Amino acid sequence: MAHAEGQQHPIGVYLQIWGWLFVLSTASYLVDYFHIQGYLRWSLILTFMVLKAGLIVAVFMHMFWERLALLYAIVVPPVLVLVFVAIMTFEGDYTFLTRLIFFQAGS
Amino acid sequence: MASPALADTGESVTRPDGWQGIAADWSSDQRAFKNVPWGKAMMWIFLLSDTFVFSCFLLSYMTVRISTTEPWPNPSEVFALHIGGSDIPLILIAIMTFILISSSGTMAMAVNFGYRRDRVKSATLMLMTAALGATFVGMQAFEWTKLIVDEGVRPWGNPLGAAQFGSSFFMITGFHGFHVSVGVLFLIIISIKVLRGDFDRSRRGFFTSRKGNYEAVEIMGLYWHFVDLVWVFIFALFYLW
Repeated sequence: MAHAEGQQHPIGVYLQIWGWLFVLSTASYLVDYFHIQGYLRWSLILTFMVLKAGLIVAVFMHMFWERLALLYAIVVPPVLVLVFVAIMTFEGDYTFLTRLIFFQAGS
Repeated sequence: MASPALADTGESVTRPDGWQGIAADWSSDQRAFKNVPWGKAMMWIFLLSDTFVFSCFLLSYMTVRISTTEPWPNPSEVFALHIGGSDIPLILIAIMTFILISSSGTMAMAVNFGYRRDRVKSATLMLMTAALGATFVGMQAFEWTKLIVDEGVRPWGNPLGAAQFGSSFFMITGFHGFHVSVGVLFLIIISIKVLRGDFDRSRRGFFTSRKGNYEAVEIMGLYWHFVDLVWVFIFALFYLW
């Protein structure tokens, strides 16, 4: 009865994704190896990170084949963490400026 | 498209997709996650909460890195290894990344063979996953030793730059390494159960006294892939940034 609920997919799909994860990891390592700096570095790192995360969740964790009710319940809440990221960026910048004023100027 | 569910109480009901599907699944006065065994749904919810734990670690790391007035140590140089007469940047971390990705691949195949009732292949692949995970933890121990003993990095300070580097590093990688270690233990337990045929003979578990089935392998897989997933973020945000 419950056995009909398992996720069954051809092995080839996993091997293909496995290969892509290797390629993407190598690419993100090469970003560091060739000393790419600035916004290009950050955007490349984030792109490769999101692609890898997406492949793992979608295929290895079978989210691609699950019903939307589960997908949205699990994937949407972490996206809201980005709001937290924005808040803490302001907070961090503020602390940094305060330290510059009170630590650097005072000494 | 959606037929009224008069005929059957089981899984053969045609269910709507898209937004209508979400509304129908959640408002059906039954379990919300159709076609998903409860153990898998609970693992997903645990992983969601764990996502928030690691999010908080990475967020606090981001905050202290933004707000420090000291220069942040360059991870590319800190984690370089001296091989064959030259420093190769970040090579140990790259190898660790490939090891963890490989373990994710073997785990995915173990789940597949589990559902096909290929007990030996499933258990072997899980033990391979456990071995790769143990290798990962071993390399992490090597990395920590190098940092603590040779470079003098401590949670409260280090000779390379901002003091927050050490506390962030030990907190984030330590918690991740702990997750990997627990995963290795559970991989060994589940692979013994598979090898012994527990899920075919409905043998009761030693801790919960419940009968298991091959969904346990998939649930184990979810946890392991999550550990790999967290490493993807740590690799990008801590080591490469």
